[in-house]
Amino acid sequence: MISLTSPVETWAHRWPAGAKLLALCMASVALFAASAVWMQAVAAGGIVLLYALPGAVFLRYGMRRLWPLWPFVALVLLWHLFIGATAEGAMIALRMLNAVALANLVTMTTSLAAMMDVVRVLLTPLRALGLNLRAVELAVALVIRFTPVLTAKGGMLAMAWRARSRRRAGWRVILPFLVLALDDADHVAEALRARGGL
Amino acid sequence: MSDEPRTFLETRDVVFIALFAAILAALATFPPITLPLIGVPITAQTLGVMLAGGVIGAVRGGLSIVLFLLLVAIGLPLLAGGRGGFGVFLGPTGGFLIGWIVAAFAIGYMTERLWHRLSFLIAFGICIIGGVVLLYAIGVPWIAFTAKIPLSTALTGSLSFLPGDIIKALIAAAVIMTVKRSYPIIQPKTAR
Repeated sequence: MISLTSPVETWAHRWPAGAKLLALCMASVALFAASAVWMQAVAAGGIVLLYALPGAVFLRYGMRRLWPLWPFVALVLLWHLFIGATAEGAMIALRMLNAVALANLVTMTTSLAAMMDVVRVLLTPLRALGLNLRAVELAVALVIRFTPVLTAKGGMLAMAWRARSRRRAGWRVILPFLVLALDDADHVAEALRARGGL
Repeated sequence: MSDEPRTFLETRDVVFIALFAAILAALATFPPITLPLIGVPITAQTLGVMLAGGVIGAVRGGLSIVLFLLLVAIGLPLLAGGRGGFGVFLGPTGGFLIGWIVAAFAIGYMTERLWHRLSFLIAFGICIIGGVVLLYAIGVPWIAFTAKIPLSTALTGSLSFLPGDIIKALIAAAVIMTVKRSYPIIQPKTAR
C-alpha cells in the first residue's frame, strides 16, 4: 500500500512515533498562540530548515505537498489587503502553512506500522467502553484490501459500459458498482463468520 | 478472542463499515473535475459520504467515515488528489472532513426514521440537509476561523461547490432508493 511516508530515510524516521505526535500537538498549540508576524516567520524558517536537512529531494517533495493550500493563502492575503491589515494577513497565511507543513513532516517521517501502533495504544482505553480492538484491526485490514479490488471493479464496469456505448459511463455505473460491492461484502462477512467471526 | 469485550457490532457490520471506507477511498480515484479558477478538485467523495449514511445507516455509516479518516490521519493518501496525513486536518478544509462524520450519521439517522415513507424527493431532501446544510455549517466556520476571514466571505467562496453538491445529492438519492428496493441493509427505526 502506498503511503505518504518519505522514502528518503531521515534521522526522524527512527524517533518514536508517539513522541513525534506529542511534539506536533504542542508545536501546533504554540503556533496558534504566536500572533506576531515575526514569530510565524521564524517558525517558517525553522520548518524550511527541517525540510532542507534531509536533502533536496525531501525538500522538493515536501513543498509540493503544500501546493493545495494556495487558494486559501491567496484568499487570506487578498482579504486582509482589502481591509488594510496586511501584517495580520501575512501572519495568518504563514500560520496556516506552518501548521500543515509541520504535520506533513511527521507524516513523512513515520511509517504506517509505527502510526498503527500509536493508534492501538490510543484506542486501548476505549476497550472499557466496549470497543473491540480486533474489530478495528480487522476493519483496517479490510479497507486496505477492499480499496484496490473496488477500484479495479469500477474500472471493469466503466470499460464494459464503453464497449456498449459511445458516451462515457459517468455516474450511471455507481449503482451496479455499489450493488456488486454490497454483495461482495456479504460474501466476505459470511466467510469470516464461517471461520469464527469476531 | 475471549479477552476482547463483546461489541454491539457483528462481523457483518464491521465488513460493511470497512466496505464504505474503501468505497470512499475508491471514489477518490474517479477522475476529479478540477475547477479551473480555484484549483480545488471536486470529487465524488462527498457522494460516498451521502451513500454511507443512506445505505448502511447512522451508526455504521458514521463509523465508516471515522475509519476512513483514521487511515487518512495515519498517512494513507486516500483523499482526492492523493492528499492525506495530519496536515489535512489542521488545514482550512479540515472542518469538512470532521463534518463528513456528522453528515453521514445525520443522513443515516433520517433515512432510518423515514425508511417506510422514503421516496426520491425525501431521500434528496435528506442528502441536502445532511450533506450540504449540515456539512457547510461545520466546514465554513472552520475556514473562517483558520483563515480569519468573515463568515460571509468564507460562505461565498464555498458556494461555488454548491451546484456540484446538489448534483451529488440527486445521484445519491437515486442510488439510495434503488438500493432500498434491491439490496436493503438498513433496519428501520419506526414500525410501518
